[in-house]
Amino acid sequence: MTSLDLDRIVVQREGRTVLQNLTLSFAPGALTAVIGPNGAGKSTLLAVAAGLLKPKEGRVTLDGRALHDLHRRDLARRRAYLPQFPKVDWPLSVERVVALGLTPSLPAFGGLPAALQARVQTALEAHDLLALRERPVTALSGGELSRTMLARAVVGDPEVLLVDEPTAGLDPRHAIDAARRLRARADRGCAVVMAIHDLDLALRFADRVVAVKDGAVLAAGAAEEIFTERLISRLYDVQARLTRDEMGGAIRFID
Amino acid sequence: MRLTLLIGLAALAAVLAVASLLAGEVWFSPGQVLRALTSSPPNLTRLVVLDIRLPRTLLALMIGAILGLSGAALQGLLRNPLAEPGLLGVSSGASLGAVIAIYYGFAGVVGWAAPVFALTGALITAGAALLLSRGGATLALILAGAAISAIAAAGIELALNFAPSPYAAYQITTWLMGSLADRNWDHVRLAAPFIVAGGVLLLLSARALDVLALGETQAESLGVDVGRTRLLILFGTALGVGGATAVAGAIGFVGLVAPHLVRPLVGHRPSRVLVPAALVGAVIVLLADIITRLVHIGPELKLGVLISLIGAPFFLWLVLHVQRRTAA
Repeated sequence: MTSLDLDRIVVQREGRTVLQNLTLSFAPGALTAVIGPNGAGKSTLLAVAAGLLKPKEGRVTLDGRALHDLHRRDLARRRAYLPQFPKVDWPLSVERVVALGLTPSLPAFGGLPAALQARVQTALEAHDLLALRERPVTALSGGELSRTMLARAVVGDPEVLLVDEPTAGLDPRHAIDAARRLRARADRGCAVVMAIHDLDLALRFADRVVAVKDGAVLAAGAAEEIFTERLISRLYDVQARLTRDEMGGAIRFID
Repeated sequence: MRLTLLIGLAALAAVLAVASLLAGEVWFSPGQVLRALTSSPPNLTRLVVLDIRLPRTLLALMIGAILGLSGAALQGLLRNPLAEPGLLGVSSGASLGAVIAIYYGFAGVVGWAAPVFALTGALITAGAALLLSRGGATLALILAGAAISAIAAAGIELALNFAPSPYAAYQITTWLMGSLADRNWDHVRLAAPFIVAGGVLLLLSARALDVLALGETQAESLGVDVGRTRLLILFGTALGVGGATAVAGAIGFVGLVAPHLVRPLVGHRPSRVLVPAALVGAVIVLLADIITRLVHIGPELKLGVLISLIGAPFFLWLVLHVQRRTAA
């Protein structure tokens, strides 16, 4: 089982400190929601955790090994990353895009081997994309594109999955669907981290929460410890009310 | 489907290559050429085919192929349908290099001066574009290329402005038009190594180009070294297109047009566009070169001029098409 650890991470951009002294651990089998106001450093945190952005200080380790000691392809096989609003520039077919997720596992020459083709088939099935497999991705709706990109990210069965705003721009049904798929991924043993603005979804699906404010961790822990009126109000600088009923919890902001 | 396309295009290029050996001021029949090549005493037909037409045909093939290939690779890298070697300043850098050689009379002293200067110009401009856009995104590279291209163009105009003699100005102008007339085996020997090396570098980027369809961040997350891919393609383009421009002068639009003609036929996969685009480029240049030999209206119709005449309207159509697609 793989854990992803961030140790005293400092990131600076144009002289400004974006992340300061961040220490976090993402465990396998957990769905962690990274929450916080705009500009708090959530996306930077994810990029650093994915090994895409080299921190000025500190280190990120996967099972105790520093990310930048791992070979590019090894790292790519073991962790998947989806940026906010992922897009595709050419009208490739849905199936091709999902298959691109297997790039780090491809042999040096030639096309997709049969064993990997089977994985594409499984991912298409699991994300309800079989009927769309030949469709150009540029012609998909927001929900369909989100499923395609998620399938692309998980087709290689990564140990760590980092997703930046998976529900941005999606209607409630598709947002819930996306969050549920991430939850299922975590339940299968993957360490899943999502930066998310929709607190109700985070409250419903995440088991761990990292609250980031001004580039520092305000609080991190089990979801029920973090989702308190006092902490959420402090995090967003807006009065928050937390209501719970038999349908679950909801957060309301009052200004 | 893909194999059929490749075989079809290769066959078309082969037919045009043969036609290019037969066509010209004096037309030969295939039988005449075969007899001339197999008969032992040297004869005029053999001389014309082997020493005049064959190098020209080979140059047309290679130059067309490298222009098509580099256009396809650049469009894949920049994910911009308007990208071509000219956009990054490679063509104008090569032109400026050759113009300097002609301007200072080096070209008159040693035959290979213009090509060598052109190649140097191409490498310098591509390097500058890369250096200026370092750390920046794709747009930075396009803008840096456009700026460098403009600087090189200004240099060429300056040379024309202060040309030491009307003859030098004329020489520069005709060279800029691009042509394959009067090229010989020396030109082939000079250009071939660079074009082949450039082509190999560009083909090595195939898989990375596919992943880059997802954007640079996702490509990086999938293990693609985006910086290295960029270097590979820019250096490959500078070598190949620099070599091509060095012997034939500036030939535009082939790199822009060729990838677009094949892209829909290969499911838009950037890696699958490369080889067919090279073949289409070869077909375009071979065909245009044959046409320039058949048209007899006063002075020689320059290859670069003819291709621009066909390419520019296509470019306009492309712009309108892209506009419609993005508006929808």
